[in-house]
Amino acid sequence: MDTARLEFFRGTLDVLILKALVWGPLHGYAITNLIRLQSDEALLLEEGTLYPALWRLENRGLLDAEWGLSENNRKAKFYRLTAEGRRQLRSEVKTWEAYARAVAKVLGATQPPLPEEVA
Amino acid sequence: MKPIPMWRRYSRLFGPNPAADVRDELSFHLRAKIDDLVAQGWSPEAARQEAQRQFGDLRAVQQIGVRMGEKMERGKRLSDYWNDSLQDVRYTFRTLGRDPGFAAVSILILALAIGANIAVFSVVNTLLLRPLPFPDSQQLVWIAPPPTDCGLSCATYSADAYEEFREQSRTYQDVTGYEAFSTPDNLRLTGRGEPVPATGIDVIGNFFQVLGVQPAIGRLFTQEESRGGFHPVALLANAYWRRQFNSDPAMVGKAIELSGVPVTVVGVLPESFDFGAVFSPGAKVDLFTPLDLNGERNWGNIVTLLGRLNPGVTVAQALDDANRVAPNIYQNTKYPDTLGRYKGALIPVPLKDYVTGKLRRSLIALWCAVGAILLIAGVNLSNLLLSRAVARAKEFAVRGALGASRGRIVRQLLMESLVLSSAGAVLGLGLAVTLIAWLVHQGSVALPLLNSLRIDGQALGWTVLIAVFTATIFGLLPGIRIAGGNLQEMLKDSGPGAGLGRKHERVRAALVIAEVAMACVLVVSAGLLLRSFVKVLDVDLGFQPDRAASIKVDYDDSAPSNEASQTKRSEIFQQILERVSALPGVEAAGMADYLPLGPNREWDTPVPKGKVFAPGELPDPLVYVVTPGFARAMGMRLQGRDFTWADGPNSQRVVLINASAARVYWPGEDAVGKILMRDKEEDVVVGVVDDVREETLESGSGSQIYYPATQQGPNGAQLVVRTGLPPATLAASVLRALRELNPKQPAAEFRPIRTIVDRAVSPRHFFMLLVAAFAGLGLLLAALGIYGVISYSVTRQTQAIGIRMALGASVGRVQRQVLAGTLRLTFAGMVVGTLVSLAAMKMIASLLFATSPWDLPTYLGMALAQLLVAVISGYIPARRASGVNPMEALRNN
Repeated sequence: MDTARLEFFRGTLDVLILKALVWGPLHGYAITNLIRLQSDEALLLEEGTLYPALWRLENRGLLDAEWGLSENNRKAKFYRLTAEGRRQLRSEVKTWEAYARAVAKVLGATQPPLPEEVA
Repeated sequence: MKPIPMWRRYSRLFGPNPAADVRDELSFHLRAKIDDLVAQGWSPEAARQEAQRQFGDLRAVQQIGVRMGEKMERGKRLSDYWNDSLQDVRYTFRTLGRDPGFAAVSILILALAIGANIAVFSVVNTLLLRPLPFPDSQQLVWIAPPPTDCGLSCATYSADAYEEFREQSRTYQDVTGYEAFSTPDNLRLTGRGEPVPATGIDVIGNFFQVLGVQPAIGRLFTQEESRGGFHPVALLANAYWRRQFNSDPAMVGKAIELSGVPVTVVGVLPESFDFGAVFSPGAKVDLFTPLDLNGERNWGNIVTLLGRLNPGVTVAQALDDANRVAPNIYQNTKYPDTLGRYKGALIPVPLKDYVTGKLRRSLIALWCAVGAILLIAGVNLSNLLLSRAVARAKEFAVRGALGASRGRIVRQLLMESLVLSSAGAVLGLGLAVTLIAWLVHQGSVALPLLNSLRIDGQALGWTVLIAVFTATIFGLLPGIRIAGGNLQEMLKDSGPGAGLGRKHERVRAALVIAEVAMACVLVVSAGLLLRSFVKVLDVDLGFQPDRAASIKVDYDDSAPSNEASQTKRSEIFQQILERVSALPGVEAAGMADYLPLGPNREWDTPVPKGKVFAPGELPDPLVYVVTPGFARAMGMRLQGRDFTWADGPNSQRVVLINASAARVYWPGEDAVGKILMRDKEEDVVVGVVDDVREETLESGSGSQIYYPATQQGPNGAQLVVRTGLPPATLAASVLRALRELNPKQPAAEFRPIRTIVDRAVSPRHFFMLLVAAFAGLGLLLAALGIYGVISYSVTRQTQAIGIRMALGASVGRVQRQVLAGTLRLTFAGMVVGTLVSLAAMKMIASLLFATSPWDLPTYLGMALAQLLVAVISGYIPARRASGVNPMEALRNN
């Protein structure tokens, strides 16, 4: 796959952030790195757009923020999932999977649907 | 993630800073990126540019961050505040629950004070603040001459004058009026079983249109109907329609029989319109008939006037207009010499002022009284809270030591008072609703607009306002005192008797003194009003209201000629009186067309024969047409002789006059036997009776003249019976006797004369009762305040008292000391209260009757009452103090 940026679907960034935090608190920079690495460098987000999304999620009570020290002792803002955030992640993952399956089915179709089903 | 070490936690020392947070977060991101790029072999400068490129629009993101951060911060602060408040409320409930006695007493005090305030506010709002219940009621004016002592006849206008005034005035949309001389139960509803009395009033045809009253069913009068000779019609008052006709909508268009005449009901007036409530407080009017002006032209002054001004016209402009018109108006267009009779006598005033203006001062006084009650209650609560606060000083000190700010503690205390005052307000609202519901049905209280009294949105708003106000005044002081205290001192202060306690006590003593002073002012006002009321009741009415009763008598004197009808009437009256006098228990009986303290009228100006008076010097006496025996039945003192049945239409014309008239006509002489001239007619004065109070008990009497019903035409007949029995026991037999003579006699009310007097004094009685109730309440609250302070100081001094008793102080001595403390407080309060009263009572001087605002007995009474209350409220703690066991008191600390 080339490194051309995959366009993010609306709302995708939120679920990716929530997923990224499943393994523990991270700061924003670490989140961009994690998404990049786990998508095998396929998903490159414009880093600036990450922060408003983080703040929005914090505002909605899905994330908790706390100041802490990074690996090289710099002060950084760490985000962690709240219980609410975990619930939200579970439900969004389900939606996503169903959506992906449906899209895959349509795209993978090899013959037109039976006539009576169209009507 | 590692926690930030202690030494690096300085950055937000001065509170949250969302902008700095965003800056820090983003710059961390860029620096981390640059570090990574440099590690990959980028040059620092290139790495910085690459990092920024990958980040995108840094400034835009920063702006979004700052905005969101601020919003979050606000939300957080709000939710913090909420949470704190909820916590305060929970905490308050817990603390109050621990001390239910305190909570109950304070809520009760507040409920009484707030309830009284809501009720009085509703009355004030209805009578003074709210406009009259008519559309654009500010345009309505009442047109009347300045007050005189010749009664209603001098306050009304003739039919011609009405028409000319309406014609010539330019400031009115329209002018209307009603016939002012109808008496209660002037009609009888027949043709539906037993005849029932009804009260009707003739109104000028456009009356309801001018007021803006729309009928609930049917229609109003048409122009034709208000001219004579048309088929008679009537409009029913809503209450009458409901009571008498079971709210039957089919009544409209039907005919009812009124005093033997079929009258078609054309409509029913709306419930919101109550004629009595606006124009004649305490009276009920059942139905309205159009006034035939043509039939009334020769009757002199008969209508009262009111008008609706053109939009934007002021009352002053209307007065100018009236003064311009007045000289061109005849009383009777047939007599040129009546031109200009109303000069200076057409004075428009806002209808609202006419209806409620007289009550303004009373109501304001009442408002002040309940305001004082609220203050006393507030001070009392403040005191109670303060003593609790002192007891809780340690609790607050601990909270303070644990980091609660002073603001937070004050807030906690305010929350407590707010919870208390809200509970009090809810309970008070209940009280007020009950009180108002009771008041609305006090038909016998002659106060206007009582029917529209209700707890409305404004009253609810007022409730919230005073609840918050009270909470603030009584919560803030203890809060500030507690929060202002020194935490350490409070923590150290292990027991009562320390410096802080004493300081508090001084504040509390000051509060009690203020309370006592306010109660004194209330008691003095109540006392003065009470004395005025007693003086009013003591007034020499000129008749004996007790053991007498009256009933409206129906009779039919129709005859072809005036003389024949005169003779017929005399016979009927004589028959009735003979029959009624023969009833067991009846001591005297007589009839008059008008009774005192009700409607009245005058005819003309009699002149004593052979004397010359300057024009305007002679009075227009009030006229009563009475039968023989009336003076005795009313209990009027008579000098000379009463009328007899022998004073017939063809014998010498005779009159009785009252003492005031005798003094005017023949000063220093005996009036009996003298002659009064009315044009050519000579009336011999056969007797002089005492002055009878004609309109109110409080204003004196003018000249009065009595004509015999055997010689002059009475305007109806009220039978008055004097009896040795309670009047009510005679009701049935009197009515039976009347029915035997006249089957059409309706079952009119047999009214004790006392009720007429009671109604006349009812507004004064009403205000007196209310102010007295408030004074009692104030006294009670003050007593509670005194008790609280003394009781607390006894508790605080238990140890000292114990020591004194151990050293040999007697029980009596300890009690005396505690009582002395009580009296000191009371005395200080009384001195302040008396001084304030002396200054303030001048303001209610106009509400008093024959009582000086500095009436000594009242002040002495107040002092006595106050001292009594103080002794009682001080005695209980004194008993407790003397019961202190010295050994226990000493051991206990």
